[in-house]
Amino acid sequence: MLRLILRKLGLLIPTFIGVTLTSFFFIRLLPGDPILLLAGERGVSPERYQELLVQFGYDKPVWVQYLDYIWNILHGDLGTSIVTKQPVVKEFFTLFPATIELSLCAIIFAVVLGLPAGILAAVKRGKTLDHTVMTTALVGYSMPIFWWGLLLIIFFSGILQWTPVSGRISLMFWIEPVTGFMLIDSILSGQEGAFTSAVSHLILPTVVLGTIPLAVIARQTRSAMLEVLDEDYVRTARAKGLSRFRVVGIHALRNALIPVITIIGLQIGVLFAGAILTESIFSWPGIGKWMVDSIFRRDYPVVQGGLLMIAAIIMIVNLIVDLAYGLINPKIRHTE
Amino acid sequence: MADVTHDTGPDTRFELLMGFWRHFKTNRGAVFGLWFFVALVLIAVLAPVIAPHSATMQYRDALLLPPVWSEGGTWTHILGTDAVGRDLLSRLIYGSQFSLFIGVVVVSVALVVGICLGLVAGTFRGWVDTCIMRVMDVILSFPSLLLALVLVAILGPSLINAMIAIAIVQQPYYVRLTRAAVMSEMSKEYVMAAKVSGVGTLRLMFVTVLPNCMAPLIVQAALSFSTAILDAAALGFLGMGAQPPTPEWGTMLAESREFILRAPWIVTFPGIAILTTVLAINLIGDGLRDALDPKLKKG
Repeated sequence: MLRLILRKLGLLIPTFIGVTLTSFFFIRLLPGDPILLLAGERGVSPERYQELLVQFGYDKPVWVQYLDYIWNILHGDLGTSIVTKQPVVKEFFTLFPATIELSLCAIIFAVVLGLPAGILAAVKRGKTLDHTVMTTALVGYSMPIFWWGLLLIIFFSGILQWTPVSGRISLMFWIEPVTGFMLIDSILSGQEGAFTSAVSHLILPTVVLGTIPLAVIARQTRSAMLEVLDEDYVRTARAKGLSRFRVVGIHALRNALIPVITIIGLQIGVLFAGAILTESIFSWPGIGKWMVDSIFRRDYPVVQGGLLMIAAIIMIVNLIVDLAYGLINPKIRHTE
Repeated sequence: MADVTHDTGPDTRFELLMGFWRHFKTNRGAVFGLWFFVALVLIAVLAPVIAPHSATMQYRDALLLPPVWSEGGTWTHILGTDAVGRDLLSRLIYGSQFSLFIGVVVVSVALVVGICLGLVAGTFRGWVDTCIMRVMDVILSFPSLLLALVLVAILGPSLINAMIAIAIVQQPYYVRLTRAAVMSEMSKEYVMAAKVSGVGTLRLMFVTVLPNCMAPLIVQAALSFSTAILDAAALGFLGMGAQPPTPEWGTMLAESREFILRAPWIVTFPGIAILTTVLAINLIGDGLRDALDPKLKKG
């Protein structure tokens, strides 16, 4: 197992170098002078320009600049935001819990609804229920989530006035960030109504972000179940006289879950792309909105640093999913 | 697809196509999707004829007019007008041109470049293969929409640049599929026979092997056609795609955001247009997958 982990890590190194090259060259590929871009909209005097040139290391050859960049990354320095003057890493970790909280809720929502829906569709194959579930799943899979979010706002926030339109918690509350997760922090704060407020802010974004993973999981569960239900051991279990619930729920589901878990793990990239749109619609103060805002504010060090952090996190999660897949599926573990 | 390796004269090719159609026809959803898509193409082509108004003409005396079936709606503007008095139905009709154009361009670029890179990687293996696949891994390490956003920030926001960015982001899927298919074909006997009879490398790649790798690529093309439309609309929605006053559906949604509570219809219709188009194409994609390659699982 250790050898497998080391080999997979080894495979990641060239990809990670590629990712650093991408984020390194991002600023240099932007049209216009990098110093003027970094200095912001107001422009700089010639003396200040020279000063900045040395400060950012642009007077050195490109390969030295790249090595400096790598050196800084290894020391946890991803640059400083032009707008807030804060280190990019610090901003990232301040906002990251908001995105994790939203993504976790979305994936839980997707699994809790998607798994049973997929199983039901497979068991009732060809029946009306199956068609209904699969049609709904295809609609969800085709959904432009930025529009879906606006629709939900119109209906639940506008017409019914059930949920708030934006943010993580009502402005009435000031919550001390302890864990960064609003659901936990609002309980810790002990303020009455804070938790309810946090939940009501979370519902619509969760549904919007969870819609596509929900559709994917339902479709995947159904096809995995269909495959397993045809297997001999399922027929044997039925022939033994086991109850239908036990056969489907224990014998079949356990094996059908293997591909489904992989799919759930691979949704992280999808979730992140979705988070960009969801956070923009609901003014959710997370990484996705931060990246979009930074692109519009031309806060390029943030874009550069954020790009690198996000890619690194996705690579690590994919590695974990990969290894977990090996753990739950002995067939893969032994052939490796 | 067992008979592909036979001598495929015009007759057998026609029969193959008929066989495919018979299989495709049994999938009601796919046929419905196809009809919808054909209708959409017709709407796009005939837009100047069927659109009741120009897409950019501003009717200053009819701002935020509701659709005809709600109170205050008129037959001159069937689906109502937007905040500057442009006819919504006409904008939607012209918008279909953009969505189809985006899909066609993105899929063509991604398909052609992806096939070439995948063929090269799968045929030559070695360091060429490693280099190509590592670059693809790097592209896949970023969330697609984020990478597209950043690419558009580099290139400048416009519809063309958005299409380039989306094509780059979708590239790796085609390269991986082609490479995998090429590698499995390469070990088969007909390839060996072709090699022994002295076929040149280029001919081997494009004429002997490629046609047998097409099934998964066609399915992927259909699915990425819909992804391209969705991503372009998302970029437009974020202000990084087609720029106003282009009647691109995502851009229209972005412009309508401030009016969501006052005039819900200008938010509703562009979204329905995106959803139904993407849905129709996904239905076709599912049908293609079932008809072309029963081995590929529904995912």
